[in-house]
Amino acid sequence: MLEKAIYGGRRYWVWIFCLLGIIGVGFLAYLYQFKTGLGVTGMSRDVSWGLYIGQFTFLVGVAASGVMVVLPYYLHDYKKFGRLTILGEFLAISAVIMCMLFIFVDLGQPLRVLNVILHPTPNSVMFYDMLVLSGYLFLNILIGWTVLGAERKEIAPPKWIKPFIILSIAWAPSIHTVTAFLYAGIPGRHLWLTAIMAARFLASAFAGGPALLIILALIVRKYTKFDPGKEAIQSLGKIVTYCMLINVFFLGLEFFTAFYSQIPGHMHSLVYLYAGLHGHSQLVPVMWISSILAVIAIGMLIFPQIRKNESLLAVACLATFFSLWIDKGFGLVVGGFVPNPLERITEYWPTLPETLITLAVWAIGFLVLTILYKIAVSVKEEVVFDKYGEKQIKAE
Amino acid sequence: MSVNRREFLKIVSMSTILSLGGVVSISSLKNHVEASQISRNAKALTAKRWAMVIDMSKFTSEEDYRKCIDACHREHNVPHVTDNPKHEIKWMWTDTYEHAFPGNEDKYLSEKIKHMPFLLLCNHCENPPCVRVCPTQATFKRKSDGIVMMDMHRCIGCRFCMAGCPYGARSFNYKDPRPYLDESRENPEFPTRMKGVVEKCTLCYERLAHGLLPACVEAAKEVAAKKGITPGLIFGDLEDPNSEVRRVLNERFTVRRKPELGTGPSVYYII
Repeated sequence: MLEKAIYGGRRYWVWIFCLLGIIGVGFLAYLYQFKTGLGVTGMSRDVSWGLYIGQFTFLVGVAASGVMVVLPYYLHDYKKFGRLTILGEFLAISAVIMCMLFIFVDLGQPLRVLNVILHPTPNSVMFYDMLVLSGYLFLNILIGWTVLGAERKEIAPPKWIKPFIILSIAWAPSIHTVTAFLYAGIPGRHLWLTAIMAARFLASAFAGGPALLIILALIVRKYTKFDPGKEAIQSLGKIVTYCMLINVFFLGLEFFTAFYSQIPGHMHSLVYLYAGLHGHSQLVPVMWISSILAVIAIGMLIFPQIRKNESLLAVACLATFFSLWIDKGFGLVVGGFVPNPLERITEYWPTLPETLITLAVWAIGFLVLTILYKIAVSVKEEVVFDKYGEKQIKAE
Repeated sequence: MSVNRREFLKIVSMSTILSLGGVVSISSLKNHVEASQISRNAKALTAKRWAMVIDMSKFTSEEDYRKCIDACHREHNVPHVTDNPKHEIKWMWTDTYEHAFPGNEDKYLSEKIKHMPFLLLCNHCENPPCVRVCPTQATFKRKSDGIVMMDMHRCIGCRFCMAGCPYGARSFNYKDPRPYLDESRENPEFPTRMKGVVEKCTLCYERLAHGLLPACVEAAKEVAAKKGITPGLIFGDLEDPNSEVRRVLNERFTVRRKPELGTGPSVYYII
């Protein structure tokens, strides 16, 4: 099926070469980082993880969110999601690839990355994170490819794939739970030491991932002959709405626990993020943008009239996505390090090389996504659905 | 004797296989022999669990601390990163009471204690979070004496241990540390590092193996000898009831940093 990726119009190739350009620039920046060391980033002795690990954390959520279309389709037989599942699975593949790349570019000694496999360490959460991420990547490639291949031949997917699908549904929450455990089990980092960390991660993932999927589905519909389905997009919109509400509720719980208990350590990071601490307030505007976007998103999503309007839904989804991207891809990681365990404040802001490398990893993700979607859409365009969106019928 | 091509190839391939096998078995034998040949230095200092007591009353000037820190950093070729405090490498350093013991600060704390520089180092925890989180066992707790060790050759530089350590005891080489070393003061006995790895205090395991006390403890002794007092750093076996540290812990009231986290720090402070 791969050959379908090399037939495309002008717009397709312009887009591909733009991505390749960004990847090229980022690759040069990475060579510079590889030679000089992580000192070229904004990270420090006190803030030892930054943008890279933040992006990794956020994208694990995007990957996990694929389950939000796969689960209703396969477990509840919600046929409307039939046309979206492949888009969800392929989004998961590119998100996991980005996750792995973000971990890789964050390593001080990248050539030793195999040490994680050579010296398996069952006491380290990172070991399990590697296991669940690579397992999830394998499952999604296997399932996506098999189901799409069957569809191209216009036959039903083979029966043996079903257990893998069920496994992938159970697997998806695990990748984000394990990622939350990277943070949640660490002593002395008050912002992260919370029992609802995994729950918060899942809520934000199941809002942010589907929000991105809606935007992608709308783009696919606009530029190709394949329609992922109006009702499917609306159902996904409802998922975004509820998960975003739960996400904000969980954030509220964190605030209550910290500020009603009045335990200084628990309040410090939140105060630093949202109000500034001892004159350090670099992240305050960023976090408030995230909060305002969240309010806008929820304000738009909860009203069915607004949600039913696809252009307004797209705006609400963009707001959701960027709100969560700031919150999880940046604030959560940096906020855990500031103030440091000795209650000193070292601020963090990404540098230019760091930003270029980050953009390049995103570009690689979008390149993989574009190619996979191109293949999926090329297959899908050849088959047409009946008016219920259930059965595939031959095009006239 | 003439050898045809077929026989020649046979001989070559057989001898290759045999010699490869031989090399493997000899090298494994060599490892075995070497391992058993390395017997512990008879003078080596041993303990079930090394610990340190820091008696703050014995340090009176900035100079006293500086001597301990210098001794440590020179002994271990710790780079002196001055151009960017964000990339500092610290094995031993000082900080004020409110930062050394956050959560214990008090508005009415005596001015003397408030401004006292507390000597800080890796606590060599009984239950070290850095060891728990390391994905490659590059940091590990030595079973024989409880020292939290660091294998800088295995470290992949993920910095999970830095997130895990609640005492800020770990440093990462954000850049090549070698330009920050003063060649004339380099210790050829201890390796220098490369960029991209984490490092920290290892309680001078290499000195203990040769029967020497840790460099900072040695320096504190010199400081004390000049003043004619007992040294401010007391080093010994926590599990030995007759050791010097246990004697001090028995006689004096001591505090540890963040005991509530359950990490079990092995560094005690007499204030």
